[in-house]
Amino acid sequence: MSTLAVVAVLVVSLATLGVGAIGLRISRTTSDFYVASRAVGPALNASAISGEYLSAASFLGVAGLVLLRGVDMLWYPVGWTAGYVLLLIFVAAPLRRSRAYTLPDFAEFRVESLVARRVSSALVVLIGVFYLVPQFQGAGLTLRALTGAPTWVGAVVVALVVLANVVSGGMRSITIAQAFQYWLKLLALLLPLAFMLAHWHRHGGPTGRLHTVDWVEPMQGAHAPYLVYSLILATFLGTMGLPHVAVRFYTNRDGRAARRTTVAVLAMLSAFYLLPTLYGVLGRVFASDLVTSGRSDTVVLELPRRIFDGAAGDLLTALLCAGAFAAFLSTSSGLVVSVGGVIGQDLLGRRFDGVTAFRLAGVLAALATLVLTLLSSGLAVAHAVELAFAVAASTFCPLLLLGIWWRGLTAAGAVAGMVVGGALSVTAVVSVMVGETPGGWAGAVFAQPALCTVPLAFATMVGVSLATRSRLPVHLGRTMVRLHAPEDLELDRGSYHPEAAHRPG
Amino acid sequence: MAPWRWRRPGHLAREADRATFRTLHTASLTTGALRTGLTTDSAERSVRHLRSLLAAPAVALTDTERLLAWDGAAEVHHQDAGPLAVRGVADGATTVRDHDGFSCGDVYCPIRKAVVSPLVVEDRVVGTLQVYAGGAPAGLVRATAEVASWVSGQLELAELADSRARLMEAEVRALRAQISPHFIYNALNAIASFVRTDPDRARDLLLDFADFTRYSFRQHGEYTTLEEELRSIERYLVLEQARFGDRLGVTLRIAPEVLPVTVPVLSLQPLVENAVRHGLADKPDGGTITILAEDHDREAVISIEDDGVGEDPERVRRALAGDASMDSIGLGNVDERLRSAYGDDYGLVVETAPGAGTRVIVRVPKFAVGVRP
Repeated sequence: MSTLAVVAVLVVSLATLGVGAIGLRISRTTSDFYVASRAVGPALNASAISGEYLSAASFLGVAGLVLLRGVDMLWYPVGWTAGYVLLLIFVAAPLRRSRAYTLPDFAEFRVESLVARRVSSALVVLIGVFYLVPQFQGAGLTLRALTGAPTWVGAVVVALVVLANVVSGGMRSITIAQAFQYWLKLLALLLPLAFMLAHWHRHGGPTGRLHTVDWVEPMQGAHAPYLVYSLILATFLGTMGLPHVAVRFYTNRDGRAARRTTVAVLAMLSAFYLLPTLYGVLGRVFASDLVTSGRSDTVVLELPRRIFDGAAGDLLTALLCAGAFAAFLSTSSGLVVSVGGVIGQDLLGRRFDGVTAFRLAGVLAALATLVLTLLSSGLAVAHAVELAFAVAASTFCPLLLLGIWWRGLTAAGAVAGMVVGGALSVTAVVSVMVGETPGGWAGAVFAQPALCTVPLAFATMVGVSLATRSRLPVHLGRTMVRLHAPEDLELDRGSYHPEAAHRPG
Repeated sequence: MAPWRWRRPGHLAREADRATFRTLHTASLTTGALRTGLTTDSAERSVRHLRSLLAAPAVALTDTERLLAWDGAAEVHHQDAGPLAVRGVADGATTVRDHDGFSCGDVYCPIRKAVVSPLVVEDRVVGTLQVYAGGAPAGLVRATAEVASWVSGQLELAELADSRARLMEAEVRALRAQISPHFIYNALNAIASFVRTDPDRARDLLLDFADFTRYSFRQHGEYTTLEEELRSIERYLVLEQARFGDRLGVTLRIAPEVLPVTVPVLSLQPLVENAVRHGLADKPDGGTITILAEDHDREAVISIEDDGVGEDPERVRRALAGDASMDSIGLGNVDERLRSAYGDDYGLVVETAPGAGTRVIVRVPKFAVGVRP
């Protein structure tokens, strides 16, 4: 029990609510104000993307898995960062140039089909909920580590804060607030780590547990090569299909800014992911009993008090708890807004007016997640998030890659591919979440479905598109020009003419 | 629903009535496609319904020289649709062709006759409707001619929608060339007054003036970004402030997230000009204009508010309805352009009353599928 830590959690929750409800209201007069100076630059935008992206899985889960299983688990942070390399090369600029706001917008824009839009909307909801479950789970773990309360308490607390935020009208994810979250999370991990590393360096510790074969050697255990490569595929390809990441690219001014933002995100994530890995190593030294007691996901929170006595340990723990809650809240808010927007517009929009529909949808999304969290088995937080990546990699990744880089993609192909990839991966994820998986090879496939489902989804999309190649979208040529032509290129763009594009210099 | 309908005696029960309703319903199924004009896509989507309307073995739609869509049997005759279309266009009236004229060489071919009827839009033949059947009784020929003229009617409506859009474009072009002469005169006078006392400011103002006219006069493009539009508004306000001095207060509160949103060119600037002209210019001690742009997830909400003299709501309603006698030509045009780009849900909202100032609210979706620049 630590009052300081509970206070830290309360402060973060209230600050989130406050920023959401009031918003950042800055008003100026024309004399000292120019619109251009307020556009969101790549650095700020990258901080916001990182802030929203770094979730419970990154803050708690990675360290837990590294502590538990060793070097193979380094693929989690590597994959979650490397996903942005693929995003940078293949998707960032064209996605921005398409001027689509959400992934369903992109589907409708590229293949010009309402069915494709509906299927994508359903997938956004599914991926969002799968991604939310581990956030709620992480909150439960954190509160349990702090107060000994049962895990459902933390899940309910996060759900309530997010709900209050959505209902009170804080539905805009404000760039500056999200950017602040990144630096808060980085600092919350960095400071305690610095102290603990200094302590380790000065006083030493039992390093024997670091040198066991099954921890240091890669590819240990049954089906390891399949599991590792499947994990790599899911994380590398899944990032581009996350609904709350895609909408952030809209804030960039143009395709070039989108690329710069992605590069900055890469740098920020690379810096951040060094830290949880080191927590895993420290955990192996100072808190290896967590492995046997099955609480490896809380290693980040428990370490400071294992190393420091008294107030120093409490202070550092409080900082870590604040960071962890910032992670749950920022990611959850972004996801609930994305999911709520989709449900509100595509499912409830006809019966209610916009704001009511959005609030109702947000409440529905949060409650559904809460139920799923309470039902789900004690899956490692990082693995649960990675399963959401597997669904994204099996559905939106083929849609984006083929949609942007292959003229031949048709509406029927896109829908078939998303349905096949989605159905297979969702089946696997749900059965893993409720703890009903077969044993042996089938079990490995269920635990890491991406290596099977991603190629199948690509094959279906290509095959069906070829079979229906007489029905290419009407505006295909125009669409492709818009996706690929840089904004400062002088060419016939029909009716769209941003002035800046034609200004030299 | 259906069983209930049949049980009620006398309601839709007579066979002749039902046949009429069926026919009308089938016809209505084709309107959505045909109103987009005669293309391969619209032809493919409507030809099936046209065949069920005519109850013929095969029906084809062509443009003036080429097959667009075919529904029904006898695929072997696909290649004949083009040549028949060319001859049909030349005839300009409904004609019946014998199988010998477009023979597939098969003496047992079920198709013996083809009825070709031209599709006429504004006295111009744009394509043909072709019906292939075993025979060509007078009834079928008459039905073909009637259906063809009905299809022509739908295509004419498509043309009408097109010319409406063109008209609106022309109005935008007029609006662009329509910077008020008073504004130019006043702005240049204001700049002149600074030339001796504050040459730097005069220079800045002249540059603002140049950029403002450049944006307003540019002839190309229907859409731009909110950032561009707001920047032009800013220049306009700077110039007006040079003239009004402290009498014109300006507050801008812009969420940076919405700056990249695509908006119709000059969709906000006329509203700001209205606010200055009607709201503040007549008020002796001036007033304040507040421009807000907020991020509401899927849409940007922009409001332009002045604390000026206000306006009679009835007059605003007439201006929005496009009453040409009203002074503010901008309002109706902006409203119509927003509606045609984003749908009727996205019209202007004006809150005003005499003496209570005016607030105009514009909502713009971040992504609209119809906006295909």
